Amino acid sequence: MADGSIFSRREMLGGGLALTAGGLLVPEGAIAATQSLPRRGGRIRAACMSLSTADTLDPAKGALSSDYVRHFMLYNCLTELDRRLRPIPSLAESIVSKDQRLWYIRLRKGITFHNGKALTSADVVYSLLRHKDPATASKLAAIAEQFVAIRANGPLELTLQLEGPNADLPTMLAQSHFAIVPAGEKAFTSGNGTGPYRLAVFSRGVRTVGRRNENYWKPGKPYLDEIELIGIPDEVSRVNALLSGDIHMALAVNPRSTRRVSASPGHVVRETPSALYTNLIMRQDQLPTSNPHFAAGMKYLMDRPLIKRALFRNYATIANDHPIPPFHPYFRSDLPQTALDLDKARWHLQRAGIGRTRVPVYASPAAEGSVDMASIVQEYGAKVGLNVAVNRVPADGYWSTHWMKHPLGFGNTNPRPTADLVFSLFYKSDAAWNESGWKNPRFDRLLLEARAEGDHARRKQLYGEMQGLVRANCGVSIPVFISLIDAYDRRLKGWYPVQLGGFMGYTFAEHLWWEG
Amino acid sequence: MASPISAGSSGTRKIAIMIAGRIGLAFVTLFLVSLIVFAISDLLPGDAAQEALGQSATPAQVAALRHEMGLDRPAHVRFGGWITGLAGGDAGTSLVANMPVGEIISQRLPNSLLLAAFTALVSVPLALSIGIASAMNRGGRLDRALNIATLSMVALPEFLVATLAVLIFSVHLRWLPSISMVPEDAGWGEMFQSFAMPVGALTVVVVAQMARMTRAAVVDQLDRPYVEMALLKGLSRRAIIVSHVLPNAVGPIVNAMALSMSYLLGGAIIVETIFNYPGLASLMVNAVTSRDMPLLQACAMIFCSVYLLLMLIADVVAILANPRLRTA
Repeated sequence: MADGSIFSRREMLGGGLALTAGGLLVPEGAIAATQSLPRRGGRIRAACMSLSTADTLDPAKGALSSDYVRHFMLYNCLTELDRRLRPIPSLAESIVSKDQRLWYIRLRKGITFHNGKALTSADVVYSLLRHKDPATASKLAAIAEQFVAIRANGPLELTLQLEGPNADLPTMLAQSHFAIVPAGEKAFTSGNGTGPYRLAVFSRGVRTVGRRNENYWKPGKPYLDEIELIGIPDEVSRVNALLSGDIHMALAVNPRSTRRVSASPGHVVRETPSALYTNLIMRQDQLPTSNPHFAAGMKYLMDRPLIKRALFRNYATIANDHPIPPFHPYFRSDLPQTALDLDKARWHLQRAGIGRTRVPVYASPAAEGSVDMASIVQEYGAKVGLNVAVNRVPADGYWSTHWMKHPLGFGNTNPRPTADLVFSLFYKSDAAWNESGWKNPRFDRLLLEARAEGDHARRKQLYGEMQGLVRANCGVSIPVFISLIDAYDRRLKGWYPVQLGGFMGYTFAEHLWWEG
Repeated sequence: MASPISAGSSGTRKIAIMIAGRIGLAFVTLFLVSLIVFAISDLLPGDAAQEALGQSATPAQVAALRHEMGLDRPAHVRFGGWITGLAGGDAGTSLVANMPVGEIISQRLPNSLLLAAFTALVSVPLALSIGIASAMNRGGRLDRALNIATLSMVALPEFLVATLAVLIFSVHLRWLPSISMVPEDAGWGEMFQSFAMPVGALTVVVVAQMARMTRAAVVDQLDRPYVEMALLKGLSRRAIIVSHVLPNAVGPIVNAMALSMSYLLGGAIIVETIFNYPGLASLMVNAVTSRDMPLLQACAMIFCSVYLLLMLIADVVAILANPRLRTA
């Protein structure tokens, strides 16, 4: 009786989800909408890029895509991101603040860990505070430094006090590193979380197997019975394994392999537009790149459509020399798009006064696509009288020996969950990774103001002005945003892109279902 | 192996002394190798603490983790601690995985040994037959055909062979799995399917070398006067090869085989990568990239010991098989 009623309720919820999925994404229309009701069952095997002996069940230590997938299988965070990257409650029922500094968090009732222990505020306090302990070796220790105090006010209530106001706290808490583990957990051998899958097998560097958590707190979810997560470092092998049916989803497929995947009737390429970019860095503290005319000239030398087409087979989004992509909620759409303009480039570069002096540019396979971008810049540079020499250096050690060390070089930046993070890490005047070394007091002021601002419209305005400042003045040229490409077995349903990473921002485990 | 007894006690003692001496030398070699591996890996930029924490690490974190891993001690102290532990049978604890090195290795070593054993089982008889057949038909059509075949096998890199095999047998024909992850409860059929392509690819790599050495050694002996004598006595060619030529040629053949076999353990990295086979070679590469010194050292020790052991076996077999070496 009771079972029957729960089941029908689940069906209803599932139907609702499928309708939104169909309406937003599935071009096949009505057929897809009627067919893609989530259903239970199925065992799948998913392949990430690599596994190693560093594989971990400790969310704080997650370093590779496979770690993020594993952690989202086993654990939950206080919040999660919806498909537009807006934070929504997860383990937290509500998370509110008046001044963006003191946050009140109330937990959902009746949630249990895999071993049956109930979730309480003590677990949350422990899970968040451990990031501040150097012995934890947390990847997000720098972010966790903002947590001044976290106190339990009751079994399900707690307060979190930040060092300074930060409106992005709910978004930051959705990162897998901040997943909630039971209080006192130190060994991290059992994967005991509140997540959709229970750990069945964990063999470092070989495989992780998760079985459906029948007591999962989200009604109806998850759908798959079992997920086996493996790593296949070699891209060709990964695609071959997918095409031969040995795996059902493959992370990070090369644009050159997409035709092979599309040619197979049983498989499909899924593109996730992302904020990943490879950028030209013009150091503002070295000559000749510190001349504002030099940076301006170089930005006009970028043939963005060519880079998009030739380097990434159109799996890219044209960028406008600032790090916020067009699909971001805070994207400023009224900025004019910089395009290839040899006349303007020649005019600026003549003003920069370098003449025929040889200008070396450092590129490396470590920064995806940079070697080809350098060649394009060299080619167009020759047309306007700029003598660029491409220095190709090996990927090993590029970040420690070359990155940010030469007047002209390349960098590569992964998507970050918030605009604040990418601006703070790479564009703030005193940031360790301020790649071009530009200094803009107005930008720094706007950054702090936007961080503390709770009003969405006002924030959008502030971030918009910052985009304009970076585009016009920063010694960085971002030609395109590189899309993430995954390949799937067609029988896996329920996919939608999450811009933070492949495999639906690594959270596919609780969203996908199998129609075999 | 019945021959040493008939060869008299002096021969047996000699071999025993040689084996003892070799084992002694092996320990010296192992020590030197571990010293070199340790010194070189110490020169690599970064350490396990930095690699584990990644780019966003704070200095306090790195210092704390270094202390926890014991990396803040001077190099000679670390090496001394490791080697005394090893002498007592403890290979240490992996810095990265935080579990005993022995446990990690015990998951991977059987996989590597299994792959090597299957490959040896296929490639050694194959190489012997190819080598002997082409030596016996020296200059003939079969010899030339086999020569071309083995030469092209030497020239073919294993990543090409393996990738082509995957394209044909798994992507198009769908007969064999493209990745070799043998489940623990696999039956013989499944085992055969998973191992067919990795073993095939490795066989292509090692068989040519062994076959060419076999041919060269047998041809070398066939030119000797005693073969002519045997022919004049009226012995059949088969009898000459089996009972006269092979015992004399076995030294270089076994040596070539030992070299190829030692390659199967540590050199299988490309095949392990393409077929995603969880073996020891990829574990060692992993240990290098994560700067996991105890694990790296343990792998190096295993590869080195296996190499030394195979060489020792090759020498002993050569002595036992050759009457002149046995009694000289």
